[in-house]
Amino acid sequence: MQETLKLVTQVFGVSGNEDEIRETITNEIKKHVDEIRVDAMGNLIAVKRGKKKKIMLAAHMDEIGVIATFIDDNGFIRFSNVGGVSQLTALGQRVRFRNGTTGTVSKEEKLEDIRGLKLAKMYIDIGCRSREETEKLVRIGDTANFVGDFTVQGNCAISKAMDDRSGCAVLIELIKSLPKTDNEIYFVFTTQEEVGLRGAKTAAFGIMPDCAIALDVTITGDTPECDKREVKLGGGPAIKVKDSSYLAHPAIRRELENLAVENGIPYTLELLDRGGSDPGAIQTTGMGVPCGGISIPCRYVHSPAEMVSLEDLENCVKLTSLFIKNYK
Amino acid sequence: MLIKELTDLNGVSGNENEVREFIIDKIQNLCDSYMVDSIGNIITFKKGGSSKLKVMLSAHMDEVGFIVSGHTEKGFIKFKAVGGIDDRILPGKKVVIGKKKLGGVIGIKPIHQQEREERQKISKIKNLYIDIGADSKDEAEKLAPLGEFIAFDSDFIQLGPDCIKAKALDDRVGCAVLIEALKHSYDFDLYACFTVQEEVGLRGAQVAAYNVMPDVALVIEGTTCADVPDVEKHDYSTILGNGAALTIMDRTCYCDRELVQYLYEVAVQNNIKVQYKQTTTGGNDAGQIQRTGTGVKTASISVPCRYIHSPVSVMDIRDYEAVERLTIAALYQISKDKEFLRQQ
Amino acid sequence: MGIIQNLEYLSQLVAVPGYEKDAAEKCSVLFSDWCDQVRVDKFFNVICLKKGYNKAAKRLMITAHIDEIGFLVNSVDDKGFVGITNVGGIDSKILLAQEVIIHGRQDVVGIIGATPPHLLKAEDVGKAVKLRDIRIDTGLCGDELKKYVSVGDTVSLRSKFIKMNDQKVSGKAMDNRASIACMLEILRLLKDVNHENDLIFVASTQEETYLTGVMTASYALRPDAAIVIDTCHGDIPDLPKDVSSTPGKGPEISIGPNLQPRLVSKIFELGKENGIPFQKMVEAGDTGTEAWATQVSAAGIPTALLSIPIRYMHTAIETVNLEDIKYTARMVSEFAKLSSEQLGELLCL
Repeated sequence: MQETLKLVTQVFGVSGNEDEIRETITNEIKKHVDEIRVDAMGNLIAVKRGKKKKIMLAAHMDEIGVIATFIDDNGFIRFSNVGGVSQLTALGQRVRFRNGTTGTVSKEEKLEDIRGLKLAKMYIDIGCRSREETEKLVRIGDTANFVGDFTVQGNCAISKAMDDRSGCAVLIELIKSLPKTDNEIYFVFTTQEEVGLRGAKTAAFGIMPDCAIALDVTITGDTPECDKREVKLGGGPAIKVKDSSYLAHPAIRRELENLAVENGIPYTLELLDRGGSDPGAIQTTGMGVPCGGISIPCRYVHSPAEMVSLEDLENCVKLTSLFIKNYK
Repeated sequence: MLIKELTDLNGVSGNENEVREFIIDKIQNLCDSYMVDSIGNIITFKKGGSSKLKVMLSAHMDEVGFIVSGHTEKGFIKFKAVGGIDDRILPGKKVVIGKKKLGGVIGIKPIHQQEREERQKISKIKNLYIDIGADSKDEAEKLAPLGEFIAFDSDFIQLGPDCIKAKALDDRVGCAVLIEALKHSYDFDLYACFTVQEEVGLRGAQVAAYNVMPDVALVIEGTTCADVPDVEKHDYSTILGNGAALTIMDRTCYCDRELVQYLYEVAVQNNIKVQYKQTTTGGNDAGQIQRTGTGVKTASISVPCRYIHSPVSVMDIRDYEAVERLTIAALYQISKDKEFLRQQ
Repeated sequence: MGIIQNLEYLSQLVAVPGYEKDAAEKCSVLFSDWCDQVRVDKFFNVICLKKGYNKAAKRLMITAHIDEIGFLVNSVDDKGFVGITNVGGIDSKILLAQEVIIHGRQDVVGIIGATPPHLLKAEDVGKAVKLRDIRIDTGLCGDELKKYVSVGDTVSLRSKFIKMNDQKVSGKAMDNRASIACMLEILRLLKDVNHENDLIFVASTQEETYLTGVMTASYALRPDAAIVIDTCHGDIPDLPKDVSSTPGKGPEISIGPNLQPRLVSKIFELGKENGIPFQKMVEAGDTGTEAWATQVSAAGIPTALLSIPIRYMHTAIETVNLEDIKYTARMVSEFAKLSSEQLGELLCL
């Protein structure tokens, strides 16, 4: 798990630019599945054939980042966010473009009150002295991700893009240790989740599954002075009740809870007031798809230092595995 | 001129009949068949040659405007905005109401009578009213019944050597490009869709794209252009006179990267001026089309329009020509390119 | 049962989004008296078919959502106080001194108290309470409570159905059980009518959250046209006229891009011909109802919207005038009697 997690978190893959991460994941799983395809939105869809129910398991492979929108005469780059980037988290960070060019994110100096900070008042410095020099490395429309090394300490791992490469890692590990089942399993590594659950929508339309489970991260309620939430790091998978994009189908939620209880897997229940996930797009596809979520407790979501528990990831694999085996 | 004819028509979202009739008249001999679907889109079909590719061109017929929502005892009209309109531009503008093009004006209290604070304040649309010269509520209700649509009253004029001013450039410019594109023949099946209700939430395109289920879609738009005083260069979005604008990403769509690159190269090869839209705000039908079915390779080509969503939109006619040439050149290129989808 | 009995029964059902199964099943029993086929689908939409006499005729869908606003438990503390989050839009100001029911392993009645005024912190005086600070008191101690209630359980408003003077009643979930009662009344009016088109009645779910029920049902059913019945704001002293309608004066019929103009005109015409009062409302964009979803479902469904005025929407004292339910039912039943050809003509723009 740790090796897989390290591999997938560090690869480039800002929403809409998932080529490298798609290739990385493809290489990891291609030996273990019956079929792999990529749709027009860039979703990676791996199929394990079966005769019974069609189950879609979704983890998004895109990550938040920034996009270059303007290069000034002195070579500084203005940018917009791709997905939910907080100006406060972005300030002072390193960003890395696809070709490896690295820059510092800073702000216009005359800003007096930090509360007035906006991305529009910030820029990326890649150390070039003119527009021409910058344009050799970065063009308008190029995207960059935040730099955040992978570190493991005890049971916790810290890295950029745990959202949602940790979900991708869970699916990859699951693919490698697939239980025997007659169900047909669609492992979908979706695109453009961070900009509006876009990939999941077309993927679900192509599959028209009987049910779907998303493996995505969720925020925890165990840090100093945070809002009350049951979800905690190391507390096991968080079974989704609702987020701001959908309500988990009661039958699926109950099934997940029962499986966790029967098999001694620790779990918490997740009620997220802000933030959506792929089932928000999947559940209204076609005649409707009952959806649920197995969420990975993650601290500091949308920062370059997102933290997850390796033990939680293992338990997510177990629970997902039980679900696809038992679903009727 | 086609753009003049198109912008002289009124087609506030949900009331696109006038534009639809005009366009049907223009295109019926240019395509193999056409249909008007349940929400009011015109979907034209032009059979191609050997290629199995389905290409959708999309431009929306509707424009921002207003709708009659009430009448005062004295015969003034209360109204609501259809689509995104900046309240600041409204006082003292002329409008036309309904099919009969009844004239009206958005009134404002004379400056003499305004208190000092009032002068500094922006009037909200809910406090504004339209005067149609009616003397009573009854008369107003007869002349401008509830639900009647209201469009800006603004003529098409030349502005300087290269620019024109009109209302509804967003997106009659796109409609004009589609009509021109239909005059050519391609190897693939072409579906040119004139959509409705873009301005109230990309509504028509969702239905049109579902009906067509294309492989590739090009959305032709009028887009924002903010190269005006008091705006920082990096907030310009597009620049008037710099040619056709390609969207990389906006609020509704991350355009297909390879397709955008392809369009850029077609422009360069054909000596067509082209620019990237520099901001990521705004959105258009591309967002809905891209996520239809199992996904559609989608890109937007736009004409930069200053003061968009107002009665005095301004564009450079050379930018329009660039968009028209680029669209047709790209369609020809795709037509020749047997490997088009595979190499993508 | 008459409208008032139906409405009282329906209003007491609990159908907070995600917790609609039981209400849907009970509702399907009511419909089965009047329809040829009734089923409950995977999202607990109740889908009822009343067949027309001509198999080749058009199919008209009539929808009203069955769900109501409510809450989910998000914390249970050791002293037995329960924290909640909302499902659907709700003003937390109405929650102080409100009774609720927690639907846990068994139903537990709870009350939401209020911090005594003289103990409020200075900075909180004069401020509206926030939902995150709301706690439900069940009278049970923590350990006892945890036997019945856990995080994720549904919470509904507890409110008795009352008759006011004349035709007016009040209670919870009039939004949108008034419309469900209206659908039953439509079916009663059509009992002996030989109509040509198939009529599909849908009591849909999850409207208050993401329109999930109607989106999936309309995609599955693909009707030729849709009529959505919902509730709208009744006039009260502090609401301007252009956003409210007067109870007792008939359904509010919406005009605007979200609705198909020829269907709307036909309804006006039917109202005039049959002496059914109605009111008009102009909506410049999203009507905030299921009509927004049906109009663009699949290849598009021409849609009209009729709304029953209710006062105090999204509270436990939603108030409705029964006359409006009757007027709305008459209007829709007249529409349902249209021949296939008449309906077909309306569908061409």
